[in-house]
Amino acid sequence: MSCELWRDWIDAYLDDGCTPEESAGIEDHLNTCTACAAEALARLRLKNATRIAAADRFVPAPDLRLRIEQSIQNPRNPISAIPFVAFPRFKFPVLTKQWKQGLAGAAAALVLVVIVGSVWWSRSAGRQQALAQLLDMHVATLASSNPVDVASTDQHTVKPWFEGKLPYTFNLPVLDGTPFKLVGGKLMYYRNRPGAQLLFDLRKHQISVFILQDQPGLTPKSLGVATERQRGFNEETWSQAGLRYIVIGDTSAADVRALGDLLRAAGRQ
Amino acid sequence: MPHFASLYNLAFWLTQDRATAEDLVQETYVKALKGFPSYHQGTNFRAWMYRILRNTFLTTQAGLKAAVSLDSDDVRVVEPATDQTPEVFFLTRVEQETIRRTLEKLPMHFREIILLCDLEEMNYKEVGLALSIPIGTVMSRLFRARKAMRLLLAAASQGAKA
Ligand SMILES: [Zn+2]
Repeated sequence: MSCELWRDWIDAYLDDGCTPEESAGIEDHLNTCTACAAEALARLRLKNATRIAAADRFVPAPDLRLRIEQSIQNPRNPISAIPFVAFPRFKFPVLTKQWKQGLAGAAAALVLVVIVGSVWWSRSAGRQQALAQLLDMHVATLASSNPVDVASTDQHTVKPWFEGKLPYTFNLPVLDGTPFKLVGGKLMYYRNRPGAQLLFDLRKHQISVFILQDQPGLTPKSLGVATERQRGFNEETWSQAGLRYIVIGDTSAADVRALGDLLRAAGRQ
Repeated sequence: MPHFASLYNLAFWLTQDRATAEDLVQETYVKALKGFPSYHQGTNFRAWMYRILRNTFLTTQAGLKAAVSLDSDDVRVVEPATDQTPEVFFLTRVEQETIRRTLEKLPMHFREIILLCDLEEMNYKEVGLALSIPIGTVMSRLFRARKAMRLLLAAASQGAKA
């Protein structure tokens, strides 16, 4: 397939409108074609820039919410009898015909609570799924004969290699005097977004560090460091300056934490 | 009230007017509460809310006027006379104001589909639900909307340099 044809797929890919098979095909092409990868990156940047420019552009007047709540509570309005969760001054309704009409709405209000709750639940379940997928990538890297695209122990070689390949930059820690060694890095795609996978060595154990643009599904409610253990691997994830870091290794939790501390310190610079 | 601020933001983007946006959000909540039994759990709640908001807007004078452009899908922009693609413009520096002004310049149906997709991060199915159109139309309209936006941005970056 020619680049011309692949270009038609890029938007759908970035919008998550492709099947897994289609996405895999596009990723294969993006990994080998610099021109299409650059085009995909440009479109991703426009998407991100649009979101940033349009979000919270218009902020409601402080009293608008109250005005709307009051208008909904207006006694002439039949739905005022709905014990809607957002009304703090809820009076228990008298059983009138009006209220009975609103009963369906009352059930609806309960459903609403369930929905909000289930969204939150699926997000944290989504995070588990995200970590499981990244662990798969780490294991695949260990099994690969070419684990990295840029092989160097020098962060000044590895970091610039990602320039122009990612819509963001990141800092790598100075490892002199630590037991960690940089092995290299490679470009990876996660949820249709390019990301960095860095490989570190600790006493012959390999640790992957994924640095991705933060996404709702990846973010735990609290911004603190979350530690997990899965299939014999220790993992740590946190969010810093709009980036999501995930450290995965078959080393001890303390070692994963130590590398995480180095990365967090570098990220603050 | 779930999604209150983001619904208001969308209403303003749609109507381009504060008073109209306020009325629209109010009416949307009233209608949403009345119509809640018809809401199917599992479908995107924001898409469902936006659909109510949009359908309400389209019954007003201002909405009818904004929707006139629905049938004419071409945006009149001067094609940039240089081979510099708009992408190059983004690689250098993204000017938030330029993007905002460009969004405002787009016809309503182009602006809203880009915002639903890029700002609200709805998938094609959800955008289709919000706009009451099939997925094929979502994809083709989105394609034309983004092309129009890139052309407008390229024109803007040329104008800025001239
Ligand atoms: Zn290509």
